[in-house]
Amino acid sequence: MPERLRALLDTLAMLEDRGDRIQFLIDVAERYREVPETVAARPFDDLHRVPHCESEAFVWAVPRPDGTLDFYFAVDNPQGVSAKAMAAILADTLSGAALEEVAAVPGELPFTIFGRELSMGKSMGLTSMLGRVQAEARRWSAATS
Amino acid sequence: MNEVPIDKRGYTHPEVLVSTEWVAQRLGDAEGADLRIVESNEDPLVYPSGHIPGAVEIDWTRDLNDPLKRDYIGAEAFAALMTRLGITPRTTVVFYGDRNNWWAAYAYWVFQLFGHDKARLMDGGRLKWQQEGRPLVQQTPAPAAADYPVPARDDSVVRAFQVEVLAHVEAGRKLVDVRSPEEYSGERLHMPDFPNEGALRGGHIPGAASIPWARAVNSDGTFKSAAELRAIYQEEKALPRDEEVIVYCRIGERSSHSWFVLTHLLGFEKVRNYDGSWTEWGNSVGVPIER
Repeated sequence: MPERLRALLDTLAMLEDRGDRIQFLIDVAERYREVPETVAARPFDDLHRVPHCESEAFVWAVPRPDGTLDFYFAVDNPQGVSAKAMAAILADTLSGAALEEVAAVPGELPFTIFGRELSMGKSMGLTSMLGRVQAEARRWSAATS
Repeated sequence: MNEVPIDKRGYTHPEVLVSTEWVAQRLGDAEGADLRIVESNEDPLVYPSGHIPGAVEIDWTRDLNDPLKRDYIGAEAFAALMTRLGITPRTTVVFYGDRNNWWAAYAYWVFQLFGHDKARLMDGGRLKWQQEGRPLVQQTPAPAAADYPVPARDDSVVRAFQVEVLAHVEAGRKLVDVRSPEEYSGERLHMPDFPNEGALRGGHIPGAASIPWARAVNSDGTFKSAAELRAIYQEEKALPRDEEVIVYCRIGERSSHSWFVLTHLLGFEKVRNYDGSWTEWGNSVGVPIER
């Protein structure tokens, strides 16, 4: 697992109180930054849209010289706090990580982060955000190997 | 956008809706007015990130669902929840939330199982409040415990169980599927771990009309006028106001919103929400499915 993601999950695991976890995730969501215009401008191309995400999320992957990827997101729903937290986490912890590590992140990540009580609609969207990132990692990995 | 006042939109029961302005005017005196504002969202991070001053939260998963079996809480747990939130049987409860009040309408509907009819929805929900620049705070209120006698729970009026839906289908009565057109047609792409949204079969209940729930709202989240709603539900889809209608979606949350529209805004006489919805029907052995 990418080191920065492991560190974040370790921090979360230490927060036993539900309120503390929620506050942590709200703080993470505040670190969300929309994709810079140098990467993508509105209106965003549907090719980058995350399927099943009710918060209208988009994902971009931009290669670095070392062969890893930078991940960028846009979340159009102003109330998509969880989607923004997920975007901030994926961008912060998976950008620059080895592509095979990105592709191997467990699909249950949204539940590890947000808890088991996620609604199905919500978990589908968040899982799908991770899935798009992993698909990009696999695609680039195949293209460069 | 809907700038027409609620009482001028032609609804059968306009009193079940309040405007953001109505709520704003009562913020200072919610206790005096025996009023409780309740936020209910799909996203559990939204309420703690900021809510209407004085609003309490009802979380669908933790507060309204039975922790063990697939059902709503019982009457005693409901009374305990009301006590904790400072709600008495006389308290007017105003619901609002994210996603066009979809979960707020769900909470509203669950309250009807316990006969709490002093309930309202805030038109436009959280997004409209936010877009109007009205205050949101992170401080969580601590209401004084209220006395709420254990009510009788009555599922017969607003709730439909699968066996009742089967009889309804066999009798050729009307149903409304409020999911997306892709879910209705059974074409929705499978997701890893979530085949067809948690159901083994795709499609819809035979005879159900497809009316996605969000058709009832404007782009700002407010409800469309009665004339606009009639054009959709009664003219385009020919739903009869005086016959039994059952609404459903995936787990009964989006269909609560449509139940609210049909029952309160259009005055349909007998609408029930099938909360087992597609996650029950699409997993059941031997029930009829249409694609």
